[in-house]
Amino acid sequence: MGNQKDQQLSPPQSQQPQQQRKERIDRGIKVRSDGLYALMSWREISYLTLPRFILVAGMLSLPFLMPGMYWQRVISIVCIYAILGLSFDFLAHYVGLVSLGGAFFIGTGGYIAGILNTSFSIPPFLTVPLAAIIGGGFCTLMLLPCLPLKGVYFAIITLMYPLFMARVIEAFDIFGGTDGIIGIDSFSSALGEQYFVVVMVLLFLFGIRRFVTTDRGLIFTAIMDNDQAVKASGINITRYKALAVFIASSMGCMAGACLTHIYMWTGISQFALDFSILPIAATVIGGSGTLVGPLLGCLILVPVSELLRDFGTLRIVFYASILLGFILFRSGGIMEFGQRKYEQFERWTRI
Amino acid sequence: MTEPILRMDTLSKRFGGVQALKNVSFDVLKGDVLGIIGPNGSGKTTIVNSITGFVKPSSGKIFFKGKNITGLPPHKVADMGVTRTFQIMRPYYSLAAYKNLVIPLFSPRAKRTGGWRGGGNLGNRQTIAIDILEEIGFERDSYIPFKKTSTLPTGYLKRLELARCLALKPEIIICDEIFSGLSMSEIASMVPLIERLQDEGITIVMIEHRLRELFQVANRIMVVNFGEKLIEGSPSVVMADERVKTAYFGSEEVEEVMTYA
Amino acid sequence: MEILVYGTINSVSLALMGLGFAMVYGICRVPNFAHGALYVICGFVTWTLFQKMGVPYFLAILLSLGINGLLGMLMYRFVLIRVRGMNISEIIASYAIGLIILEGLRYGGFRGMTYTLPVFMEGSLMIGSVPVDYHRLLMTLIGIFLVAGLWVFTHHTKIGLALQGMAQDERAALMLGIDSDLMAMVAMGFGAVLAGVAATLIMPLGNIVVESGYHVLIMSIAVCIVGGLGSWMGAFFAAFIIGYAQILTVVFIGSHFQMVVAIFAIILTLILKPSGLFGQQKELEERV
Repeated sequence: MGNQKDQQLSPPQSQQPQQQRKERIDRGIKVRSDGLYALMSWREISYLTLPRFILVAGMLSLPFLMPGMYWQRVISIVCIYAILGLSFDFLAHYVGLVSLGGAFFIGTGGYIAGILNTSFSIPPFLTVPLAAIIGGGFCTLMLLPCLPLKGVYFAIITLMYPLFMARVIEAFDIFGGTDGIIGIDSFSSALGEQYFVVVMVLLFLFGIRRFVTTDRGLIFTAIMDNDQAVKASGINITRYKALAVFIASSMGCMAGACLTHIYMWTGISQFALDFSILPIAATVIGGSGTLVGPLLGCLILVPVSELLRDFGTLRIVFYASILLGFILFRSGGIMEFGQRKYEQFERWTRI
Repeated sequence: MTEPILRMDTLSKRFGGVQALKNVSFDVLKGDVLGIIGPNGSGKTTIVNSITGFVKPSSGKIFFKGKNITGLPPHKVADMGVTRTFQIMRPYYSLAAYKNLVIPLFSPRAKRTGGWRGGGNLGNRQTIAIDILEEIGFERDSYIPFKKTSTLPTGYLKRLELARCLALKPEIIICDEIFSGLSMSEIASMVPLIERLQDEGITIVMIEHRLRELFQVANRIMVVNFGEKLIEGSPSVVMADERVKTAYFGSEEVEEVMTYA
Repeated sequence: MEILVYGTINSVSLALMGLGFAMVYGICRVPNFAHGALYVICGFVTWTLFQKMGVPYFLAILLSLGINGLLGMLMYRFVLIRVRGMNISEIIASYAIGLIILEGLRYGGFRGMTYTLPVFMEGSLMIGSVPVDYHRLLMTLIGIFLVAGLWVFTHHTKIGLALQGMAQDERAALMLGIDSDLMAMVAMGFGAVLAGVAATLIMPLGNIVVESGYHVLIMSIAVCIVGGLGSWMGAFFAAFIIGYAQILTVVFIGSHFQMVVAIFAIILTLILKPSGLFGQQKELEERV
């Protein structure tokens, strides 16, 4: 091939370093636990289930492990961001819609919950599901015009909506204007509050995972792959996209409602950039497309952001820079790296 | 004279400065195999795109079984039974082969008709998908239907495109250069498939460059050149026409093809 | 009469904002979400050069325009070029850059009322019965002149035609020997300069605030969508439509509604004629 040319230009054979390349091979245990063979022995079963078990057990025990109220609240915030990140990952990598404005969902859910609670005296355990559904419907409706169109329109519109909502509320001084709505009830017990969000995250995580691997969930992947073919198969794409957006926005609105009840306050800052950017950064860092990546990313980023609280909006610069770095250089994220290490091992071989 | 199943009426389409189609009219009768031929850029794919709703015609009308389908979006056209394959193949590369068929089985039309060979009730989609694949030439007892689509050779992929149309229990299949990229033997094995589909009562429209093989199956030919319909008729009539020869062929091809028409 | 005058002024300022975004999208198919950031940073650079370093005003303007152009080109060369073609990553990357710039500026202390740039000319004159200050008049004239100049440029010069070629069909342009990466870099630099020009003309009318970065981004996007993503002439006309609509609502309803008008215009366009005024239908379909 290029050998002849190399020999003319490069130093003589004896002075060249050994040509090597990295080879990746599946680990033995991965091969042994493929498919039905996993039932062979406990070792194989545990290879498959251990990561998930650690995840679930870890998440469920976090509220107990955390020292003090402050860090317990951080867990709740982590989960809320994780739900948002999950919705982003689902939309972006399983349906092909990039949502640059998660804050739109959080703010909508938050405000709806706040209004339901203060104006209609609906208790928290009802406002949350109501906010999820009503908010989901509202967000889907607002996003409907751009669904039949190219993905870039969706990104643009989601980018604008949080900014727009904040301006509108401020300008018209409705829903409490710049002060927000205060006097919102909180959950009845602190532990219940945390567990609720933790369980929700896990439910959504495994739920969506399950959903996208079913046949119906495949349609989303097909739409992302090749929407013209799906159209030619007689399927109304807009309807499925709307379904996906409804799922994602309901999740976001639910998270926003939880947030409102945790802080007992809702205001314009729920439309802040923070909520739009952090989920994206968490997803990219944790591993895009893996659905568990956002959770991982949030577990890392949210505590860090708490520590950086003094720096104000510099945090956003921080997230954005990390985001950029990962997108350019390590777009697989941590999960990809972790999965690779878990399933394969590497070695140098001679060419 | 029976009502044509598909009729195009003075269809025109302009893309910016380019007149892709100019007053093209033709009829297709049920059960026909119509071949559309013409040099590259003559507007053949635009015709397909217009019929199936991927492109809105600038003027003119398209009728399917008497109903005006001009300008309907693609999924509605497919829902009525007009299906197509794509010239640049578009299978779902990241999925297993049979899953390509499961997806169309989620369409409203599949639910109504039960899919290919379905009696009107949609059963287990996966089973139906594998059955269709078997009928279309994927060996049943092999693992081929379960392989990832990106690993399959072109011959299988072309059949997959066809199978995707079948999943909808179509009335018309429009094949956009389905023979392209296939070897002679692969085409030779596709021809009986097309004939079988014709026997089942499906009307087939084929846009093709491979004339010899096309003339084995087509009973009518339409020639398009620079967006205009040049001539239409049975293969022998079309082949004898001087204008067609000058527009399209070199002379050797004509000689060979003539022996088949 | 007032409406006519103010409407035109508003429209031209919107057009100025939107031009840069339209140009970059039209040529590279990359939505430059850092557009607002480039706008703001030009203002701050000019301010720093002029107020803090004592550089003469017009020289400061030229320098900061140049810096903007350089920034745009660097942005393409080092960041966007790596994610070219991956739609999701492109969008996220340019958004991230925009955020870094904007929030970085905000943190760096650029907040509050103290940052202003002087107008080009003091004083005002009367058009009919309407007082118009000279700066606004100048801005409008320069804006119209700029658009006309751009039209000539893209239709009659070699580089302009190359950029047009790329806008219409990238592969064909590549085959004709037009280096698409180089052109994209030039286009981004150009877009950045246009953002800077808009900033230079508009900012003296108010304070330099980081918030205007987001405002400009939204307005530019509105103008481009209504005009048709990819057509800068469309953006120009759309600017007039939105500009007049905004002034009309201010006069007849109330000044809160300005942004609502923009969003409303976008949604209306997407529902009725998604490709915008001058866009082509093929813009809407994802093409494999």
